[in-house]
Amino acid sequence: MSARRLSIAVVLAGIALLGGCAIEPWVKPYEREQLADPVMKASRGTLADKHVEHVRDVREAARGATGVQGGGCGCN
Amino acid sequence: MAATSSRLFRRLAALLGGVLAAGGARAVDLPEDRAEALYHSYTGGGVTANGPALLVRKSVLDKVSLQGSYYVDSVSNASIDVVTTASPYRERRTEYGFSADYAYRDSLITLGTSSSKEPDYTANSVSLDISQESFGGMTTTSLGFTRGTDTVGKHNAPEFADTAKHWQYRFGVTQILTKQWLASANFEAIADDGYLQSPYRVARVFGAAVPERDPRTRSSRALKFRAVGDLGHHDAVHADYRYFWDTWGIKAHTAEFGYSRSFGDAILADSFVRYYTQQHAIFYSDNAQQETTYVSRNRQLSSFNDIGLGAKLAYTVRKVPGRYELKLNGGYEYVRFKFSDFTDIRTGSLYATNASVLQLFVSGTF
Repeated sequence: MSARRLSIAVVLAGIALLGGCAIEPWVKPYEREQLADPVMKASRGTLADKHVEHVRDVREAARGATGVQGGGCGCN
Repeated sequence: MAATSSRLFRRLAALLGGVLAAGGARAVDLPEDRAEALYHSYTGGGVTANGPALLVRKSVLDKVSLQGSYYVDSVSNASIDVVTTASPYRERRTEYGFSADYAYRDSLITLGTSSSKEPDYTANSVSLDISQESFGGMTTTSLGFTRGTDTVGKHNAPEFADTAKHWQYRFGVTQILTKQWLASANFEAIADDGYLQSPYRVARVFGAAVPERDPRTRSSRALKFRAVGDLGHHDAVHADYRYFWDTWGIKAHTAEFGYSRSFGDAILADSFVRYYTQQHAIFYSDNAQQETTYVSRNRQLSSFNDIGLGAKLAYTVRKVPGRYELKLNGGYEYVRFKFSDFTDIRTGSLYATNASVLQLFVSGTF
């Protein structure tokens, strides 16, 4: 094997291994049953989240980063 | 030898190709088709705010999910500000929202708009959110932006009109840690420009009531971390922490702990305790003893803390797997507010109040 071909092979092997590290999930899709259980969900309803967010937005100075999408308090 | 190395080269190339191909073969699911009908209520500190809300979400052609919502807040306000400086009032706020989600490979793109109206205030916004799954669905990254424009008026003062604009930028990452644990981090920056105070509220300077004067710009940041873990007996715990800071000198901490458990297939119960504390804005004063450019006695900008204790219950009335599911839901939170530098001028002591937050709703997926 020429030195050039060997170095290409080593680089490709490195990329393949690194790619494996980055993409290969250590929790496989079929191992996510517990994560998908409803007890793990942060939200029980879009409107209920919106209500709680509104109640807090008009009484507390802190706002944002709640994970509730959209936004815009629409209040004074 | 040359044949062996050539075979090795081809195998490595094939391995690389396989790894790269495996990374791009997934696709995200659109949110489930869903309908909700909610009654919400807030009672506390002389304020009652309640009303109905409706939401319908439906997918079209398996690529786009459309959502429409309607939300009403009927407010009866006899809060401490109002009873000590003005007259109690009633008003109604109505909000309409519409959004469309589009799934493309591992990405979900959401375009939304909302419009809120009350007699002296209108608020319109448009938002764009993108979430992307990566690393075999183990990591979800989201980016979002909202642009809001408000028009501010004043009762019985047609000559008064002003505007406020808002920009919200958010970024979040949710990561699967193990078979039982998830963690997420969210960041949001918000910038406001315009009329950010109330045309009715007054401040106190040397004991005299004067109209409040807030800066016309504000910029804030919030950073939140969350961890949630399955305990293995159809129960889970979660812990949240958020740090907030802004250019008005406010710093706030929020912490929440919760426990959730399902009982059989039909009942799901949640309980949580939440603690919030903030440090007042630099121009906030209970009773200013010098003239300053900005002055406010808005207790939302004062130093205070609140503790909330809440519970939620969801009961599955009927479930036909693959077709539909109907649930009855209830939620209640008791909140205790304790102010450190806001005096109840009726009694001369520091103000404290309690509140009840109630939600009753029916939700269905189909």
